[in-house]
Amino acid sequence: MPDTMVTLRNLVRRFGDFVAVDNVSLDVAKGEVFGFLGPNGAGKSTTIRILCGLIAPTSGTAKVAGFEVGPESEQIRRHIGYMSQKFSLYDDLSVEENIEFFGGLYGVEGERLQQRKQYVLEMAGLTTKRNEITAMLAGGWKQRLALGCAILHEPPVLFLDEPTSGVDPIARRQFWDLIYGLSEAGSTIFVTTHYMEEAEYCNRIALMYKGRMIALGTPSELKRERNLPSMEEVFIQSIEKEDAKEEAKA
Amino acid sequence: MWKRIRVLVRKEFLQVLRNPRTRILLIVPPIMQLMIFGFAANLDIENARVAFFDRDNTPQSRALRAAFDASPYFEVTDDLDTEAQLQKVLDSGKVLAAIRILPGFARDLARNTEPAQVQVLVDGTNSNNASIVSGYANRLIAGFRQSGATPDLTQTRVWFNPELKSRYYFIPGVAMNILTIITMMLTALALVREREIGTMEQLMVSPLAPSELIIGKTLPFVAIGFLQFFLILTVAKLVFGVPVRGSIFLLILAVALYLLTTLGSGVLISTISKTQQQAVLSVFLYFMPVFMFSGFTFPVRNMPDAVRWIANINPQRYFIDILRGVFLKGSGIDVLWEPMAVLAGIGILVLGTSILRFHRQLD
Repeated sequence: MPDTMVTLRNLVRRFGDFVAVDNVSLDVAKGEVFGFLGPNGAGKSTTIRILCGLIAPTSGTAKVAGFEVGPESEQIRRHIGYMSQKFSLYDDLSVEENIEFFGGLYGVEGERLQQRKQYVLEMAGLTTKRNEITAMLAGGWKQRLALGCAILHEPPVLFLDEPTSGVDPIARRQFWDLIYGLSEAGSTIFVTTHYMEEAEYCNRIALMYKGRMIALGTPSELKRERNLPSMEEVFIQSIEKEDAKEEAKA
Repeated sequence: MWKRIRVLVRKEFLQVLRNPRTRILLIVPPIMQLMIFGFAANLDIENARVAFFDRDNTPQSRALRAAFDASPYFEVTDDLDTEAQLQKVLDSGKVLAAIRILPGFARDLARNTEPAQVQVLVDGTNSNNASIVSGYANRLIAGFRQSGATPDLTQTRVWFNPELKSRYYFIPGVAMNILTIITMMLTALALVREREIGTMEQLMVSPLAPSELIIGKTLPFVAIGFLQFFLILTVAKLVFGVPVRGSIFLLILAVALYLLTTLGSGVLISTISKTQQQAVLSVFLYFMPVFMFSGFTFPVRNMPDAVRWIANINPQRYFIDILRGVFLKGSGIDVLWEPMAVLAGIGILVLGTSILRFHRQLD
């Protein structure tokens, strides 16, 4: 496995006249928890969707787990886990049936499936609810089950697209504990969020605004450079600066 | 590849059988349609009420009356004495037809030089009933004359369905309807549901290839389609006594070819529907014209040219021909190869187009 797990070089994605991702370049190291921050419509989800091979970039290149996005998408799919903000599970299947289905898709079977299933059930705190229909689960449990289904095949890179939207603060905190655990075990995690307190949890963050990356660094670096006490203020100041620049141009 | 497809097929069955809505869809429409078309929607005429106006009043004319009364198709309910009464029974709809025997009937019958004078006055408000009743009456009268003297010139003998039971005609069509609705609806719903709840994206980032997705998503409905077809076949044979004179293998082949078109249409509908409701509406929007132009109820050859042209690209039209051919005539591949080939062509075209569209939409 390479040391750099995600690489973006001059990545651009246009939808008609609208530029959703505007010339973004960055590298994410192995084992890093990398945060992608920005307001709605900043191009976070579009970037993740390109990296997962769901949409093609207009120009530029990207590599995931050492494989080129586009020509080597098939290999990429075997090496990534993806969890969308919708916690895409089958509501009409039981907890266990969801796990078995996603395991089967990734070729996790037999003894390994039993082990992984046990791991996921324990991790999500669903051991006693394994036969319950997924629709009946509360938000936090659903979220952890969705994460569990995304990591059954032990992917080296995990993409999480606003994984904490719509769950309560306690469940959110528990979720981040799980993320740290995965990162310590060697997984690379690429996560988007618009919760500022979550930005503090990341090893490094990129601030996105109108498709452009306007800041990159560790949370403490970003705060120190600007001499600001919190990420929230870093966020607001960076965006205001960006808007001022644009007005000056106009 | 097959492992992933198997996983998908298993999940699909779990979902179809668990969802109360789809479970109802599997059971209620087939039973309801079979009951309606097998018992209720009956175009046959039995014991049609007729009035008799005998102005000849001879042993011969009375024998004709008795012949009507004895026939299973007729029941003489009124004997009339005046023209006014005749008018009245027809006006009130009390009888479907009135038989008027003119004076001199017995004499003409005996001479056998000119046609004997019998009139059949039919209530034409229901044109279908009218033509059936007049047909039966004419046959009965012709038979009556023939038994008396020289044979008639024309004789009608009905092949394949000698008793002209409309049930025989309808039930193969019911099999087609159920097959169409169920397989098309379930395929469209299963695909749209994945998109609606966001799992489609989850599938697309997994190693599952688009071709595996299509196969895994349609295979369960092929199985369900066949299961339903055999269920209907069994009920048709055992409960309604519909004959199956041709080869079962030919039927299976025809069903397989026809399923290509319904599954293809289902996939196509899923590509134009954002929600499950839209998909359901689209299925019915598609189904109505296809059903009307299939020849199930209205013969295609009576349609205006433009409509007939549309009917000629309608897969149901060929499928119903094959079904009726195999069921009632016992036709073999030597006769049916042509509609089979057309059906296969349409099926490949529809399924191919829909898969292309589906692929393009994923990108």
